[in-house]
Amino acid sequence: MKTVAIVDYGMGNLRSVAKAIEHVAPDHQVIVTADPAVLAAAGRIIVPGQGAMPDCMRELKACGLAEAVVTAAATKPFLGICIGLQMLFEHSDEGAVAGLGIFPGQVRRFPSDAMHDAAGVPLKVPHMGWNEVWQAAAHPLWKGIADGERFYFVHSYYVEPATPDLIAGSTLYGPAFTSAVARANIFAVQFHPEKSAAVGLRLLDNFMHWQP
Amino acid sequence: MLAKRIIPCLDVKAGRVVKGVNFVSLRDAGDPVEIARRYDEQGADEITFLDITASSDDRDIILHIVEAVASEVFIPLTVGGGVRKVEDVRRLLNAGADKVGMNTAAVQNPQLVADAAAKVGSQCIVVAIDAKQTSPGKWEVFTHGGRNNMHIDAIDWARQVAALGAGEILLTSMDRDGTKNGFDLGLTRAVADAVAIPVIASGGVGNLQHLADGVTQGRADAVLAASIFHYGEYTVRQAKEFMRAQGIEVRL
Repeated sequence: MKTVAIVDYGMGNLRSVAKAIEHVAPDHQVIVTADPAVLAAAGRIIVPGQGAMPDCMRELKACGLAEAVVTAAATKPFLGICIGLQMLFEHSDEGAVAGLGIFPGQVRRFPSDAMHDAAGVPLKVPHMGWNEVWQAAAHPLWKGIADGERFYFVHSYYVEPATPDLIAGSTLYGPAFTSAVARANIFAVQFHPEKSAAVGLRLLDNFMHWQP
Repeated sequence: MLAKRIIPCLDVKAGRVVKGVNFVSLRDAGDPVEIARRYDEQGADEITFLDITASSDDRDIILHIVEAVASEVFIPLTVGGGVRKVEDVRRLLNAGADKVGMNTAAVQNPQLVADAAAKVGSQCIVVAIDAKQTSPGKWEVFTHGGRNNMHIDAIDWARQVAALGAGEILLTSMDRDGTKNGFDLGLTRAVADAVAIPVIASGGVGNLQHLADGVTQGRADAVLAASIFHYGEYTVRQAKEFMRAQGIEVRL
C-alpha cells in the first residue's frame, strides 16, 4: 500500500491532518510517526506544526528528526503546514533557534502596532480566520482551486522568502505576506488546509496525487 | 482581506446536543456529528461546542464526540466547558479540537491561561468572559452562568488574559444572553478596542441585523449564535449574505 507519513515531533494537532488525509486518500496508509526510518520509507511526507517555531525546531531536533525531514524534503513529495512551513526557512523573529534552512529567508512577526484595515481599525494578531490566497502561478496543488479562494489561518508570524521565485501564494493582512511557497517537490502553506473545508481538502487531494 | 467569522454554538450534555436543534430532515436532533456536518455545509466558519455535562463521570464523553466530529468535519472546532487543568486542554486538542475555551477556571487561577498557552500555544486558548453591566459603562465578570459576581472589571480582565497568552476572547453579555435583543454593543466595542487579540461577540442574537451590528458597531472579529440557527430561522449562509450586503467581508 502507498504510504504518507505525518511527522510527529510532539507539536500540534496531528490528528486533524491525519483525518483529513484519510478522508481524501483512502488508498493510502497514513502513518503518524517519529521514526526516521519510517520517514525514509514513506512515499510522501507531511510536516505540520503549531505553537512557536523555535519550540518546534527544538522538539524536531530532540526527536532526532531534523535530518530525516531535510532528506525527505530533498527527495519526495513534501507538504509543510503552518510551522511546518516556517521551519523550512533560516531564522525566526520568535527566537534564537535556527530553522532547517532549506529555503533562504526569515520568519517575521506581524507588526501589530502598524496594521490597520481600510477604515483605520487596528488589525488583530494572531491573524485568525478565513482569508484569501492569491496564487503566484499555476501549480499542481492549486488545481481546481480558484484564485483568491479563502483558507483558514491562525498565526502571528509569516515567512519572508529571500528569493521571490519561492512564492506560490500571497495573502493580504495589512501588507501582503507569503502564504504559500513551492520549489521542486516541496509545497508549504501558512494556512491550515485540514481546517479549510472543501477547498482545503481539495489541496490535500492535489498533494496526494502530485508527481513532482 | 480577512473575513468576519460566523460561529454556531452547540450545547452538549453527556454527548448529546441539547436545547433542541430543529433542522428540516435532521434524522437525529441530538447528534453532534450530524449537526456539525450540517453547519459545515451551510458555510459555518467554525463550530463551538459547550460541554454542559454536570456529572464528572460523563466528562470524557465529549472527547469521543470531538473525535467523531473532527473525523468528518474539516473546519475549526472550539470546545469549552469544564476545563480545569492544562491536561484537560491537551486531551481535548488530542481528540481533535483546535481551540479550547476556559472560563471559571481562568478566573479562579489566571496562571492556567499562561500555563496552557505556554504548553500548547496561544492560538489554541480561548478565554470565555461572561460579563454583566453593573453601572453605566462598567461591566464585571460573572461565573457559574451569571450567578456569581467576581467583582473583576471585564475590560481589565480581557486585557489581563490577553497579556497572559490567550489567543482569543469569547465575550458573552449575561444581560443579553437568551433575550434575542442583540449583543451588548457597548461591552463588545469596549473589549474589542482594549485588546489586540480577536474577540468573538456572544449573547442576545435575535436576527441577522444583530450579527452585522456586532461586527460594524461592536467591532467584533467573529459573531457567535445558537438559537437563530438551531431552530432553522436562518441558515448560516443567509446570515453571511445579509452581512455581505452590508459591506462586511465574509466567506461565501
